[in-house]
Amino acid sequence: MSEDSIISLKNVNKWFGDFHVLQDVNLEVKKKERIVVCGPSGSGKSTMIRCINRLEEHQEGSIVVDGIELTGNLKNIDNVRKEVGMVFQQFNLFPHLSVKENITLAPIWVKKMPKAEAEELAMRQLEIVKIPEQANKYPGQLSGGQQQRVAIARSLAMNPNIMLFDEPTSALDPEMIKEVLDVMVDLANGGMTMIVVTHEMGFAKTVADRMVFMDEGKIVEEANPDKFFNNPESDRTKLFLSQILHQ
Amino acid sequence: MNEKIESRKPPVATTGIIGWLRINLFFNWTNSLITIFVIYCLYQFVPWILDWTVFSADFKYNYLGQQITNQEMCSRNLDPENGGACWAVIYVRFYQFIYGFYPREEVWRVNISYVMLAIALLPLLITKLPYRKIFLNFTYVFPIIAYFLLNGGFGLPDISTNKWGGLLVTLVLGCTGIALAFPIGVLLALGRRSKLPVISMMCVLFIEFIRGVPLITLLFFGMVMLPLFLPEGIDMDGLVRVLVAVTLFQSAYMAEVIRGGLQAIPTGQYEAARSLGMSYWRMNFQIILPQAIRISIPPIVNTSIGLFKDTTLVIIVGLLDLLGIGRGTLADTNWLGLSYEIYFFVSLVFFIFTFGMSRYSLYLEKKLKTGINMGAD
Repeated sequence: MSEDSIISLKNVNKWFGDFHVLQDVNLEVKKKERIVVCGPSGSGKSTMIRCINRLEEHQEGSIVVDGIELTGNLKNIDNVRKEVGMVFQQFNLFPHLSVKENITLAPIWVKKMPKAEAEELAMRQLEIVKIPEQANKYPGQLSGGQQQRVAIARSLAMNPNIMLFDEPTSALDPEMIKEVLDVMVDLANGGMTMIVVTHEMGFAKTVADRMVFMDEGKIVEEANPDKFFNNPESDRTKLFLSQILHQ
Repeated sequence: MNEKIESRKPPVATTGIIGWLRINLFFNWTNSLITIFVIYCLYQFVPWILDWTVFSADFKYNYLGQQITNQEMCSRNLDPENGGACWAVIYVRFYQFIYGFYPREEVWRVNISYVMLAIALLPLLITKLPYRKIFLNFTYVFPIIAYFLLNGGFGLPDISTNKWGGLLVTLVLGCTGIALAFPIGVLLALGRRSKLPVISMMCVLFIEFIRGVPLITLLFFGMVMLPLFLPEGIDMDGLVRVLVAVTLFQSAYMAEVIRGGLQAIPTGQYEAARSLGMSYWRMNFQIILPQAIRISIPPIVNTSIGLFKDTTLVIIVGLLDLLGIGRGTLADTNWLGLSYEIYFFVSLVFFIFTFGMSRYSLYLEKKLKTGINMGAD
C-alpha cells in the first residue's frame, strides 16, 4: 500500500455460491482521486464497491480503507462505515421519515450530535444538493432526482472521507439525471475521494482521474479517461465502448 | 384546436340521492331483486329485535310494576305472549359482571383503574393529543400503579385475585396479554431472523412449540405444570399463571405477524442503515421496525382481537371472566332460563371492545395511507 493511498484492494476474491464474482481484484485509490468504474452488467463492479464498506464480505485477499483492514472485526467495520458514504441505485431513503429526519438520523444516533446541531447540518447539506425547500416533505413526495439528491445529502451529513456511488442515475428518468450528476460534479470539484459505478460516460470524461473497466469479475483495464476513451488497450474494452457510445 | 373545453357536470342521475340509489341499489334487475329481498328481511327482523330488546323488555320492573328479583317475575315468564327480554338479571348482577367478587368497600380501586386505563389509552388513540408525551409516560407506569391498586400494597389491603372476576379479569388478561406479548413478539421476530444460529433456532423452537399447542393446553400447563418448575415454597398466583400462559401464546403469534412485516422491508433499507454506520439495534428500532409494524397493523390488531376473545377460555381453569360470571348467573336457580339475555349482554360487551379495536386499526391504516404523517413513535 503506497503512502497516499486511502483504499487498497489486494487480490480480492469473492464467490456467490459457485459463481466467482470477483477474481483477484487489485485496486489502489489515492486521496481525492475520482475513479469511475464501468463494465457490462454482472461484471462485479457493484460487488466490488459494496465490499469496500462491507455490505458484501470478500472471502480472500485484503481490503484496507484509510488504514483499517476489513475483517470480521465489527469495530473495524463500524469505523470504516463512518469514513465511507454510499449512494445506491434505488436511493434507499427511509420512507417513514421526513427528508430532514432522513439526514439527521445518523448524525444524532451514530455521532451523538445534539438535535439542533444535526438539523442545522441537514439544512446545510440540503443547500449543497440544492433542495432546502423540500426539508419537511417525505421521500414519497419527491421526484427520483430529488430523492437521490437527498440520499447524497444524507451520506454527506456523516462527513465521510470517501463516497461510493453504485449506479446513482440508473433508476432515474432521463431528465433527472443531470441534476444528480451536477451535484456529483460539485462534490468531485470539492476534493472528495469518489468511486463511481456508472454508465454516464459524459460524467466520466469530465470528472474521472482514472477509469476502471471490469468484465467477468476482473479488472480488465485501468487508464486515465483520455487514453481509456481514445486509445483503449484491450479488445473487450473497445467492444464495450463501441456498444455504449454508439447506441 | 386552441379552444378550451369546459369540463361538464356528470349526467344528473348519477349524483344525488336518486343517483346513489340507482347506482348502488337498483343498477340492474338482479341488483334490484337482491335489494328488495334484503329490505324485506330487514322489515321482518328489525322491528322484532327492537321490540324484544327495548320496547317489550323489562329493565328493572316487570309489566305489573314490581321490582324483579328472580326469573319468575320476568314479564316473559308471567305472560309468555307479551314479554321481551328481561334485562333485570343484568341489572341485579351488574356488580358481578363488572367486578366479580371484589369487596364492595374496596371497589373504588377497580373504578380508578378503569378510569386510568382509559386515560392510558388516550395518547395511543389520539396522536394529536396536547401534552401527549406526558400522557405516554403515564401509559408506561400505568400497569405498575394498577397492579398495586388492584392487588394491594402501600397500605391498601390485599385483595386476592380469586375475588377478581367479570370484566375486570377479561380486561386484565386481554390488556396485559396484548401489552406484554407485543415487545416479546418483536424480540422473537428479530431473533428468528437473526444470523446467529443459536438465537434463531431457540426462537424458532419457541414459536413453533407454542403455536403448535392449543391455548387450552397452555392454560392447563400454566395451572398445573408451572408450579412444578418453581422453587418450593413459592406459590404463584392463579391469575399470574394464566397470564404467563396467555402472554406466551400471544407472543408467538405476534412474532409471526411482525416477521411478516419484517420480510416486506426491502434489503436496501438495511443496507442504507448499515452504510450510515448504524448498529444492529439502532437500525432495527429506528428504520426497520417502525416500517414493519406499520405494515403489520391489520394482522397485529387481528391477533389481538383473537386473544381478547380467547381469554374466555380461562373458565376451564376456574377463573371467572365476563363469560364465566354469565354462566355462573345462569346456574343460579333465581335466574335459570335467561340465557338469551345473558349471552346477548356478554356478546355486546365483547363486541364493543373488539369493534373499537378494529375501528382503531382502520384509523391507523388510513393515517398511513395518506402517507404524510408517518412520524415514528
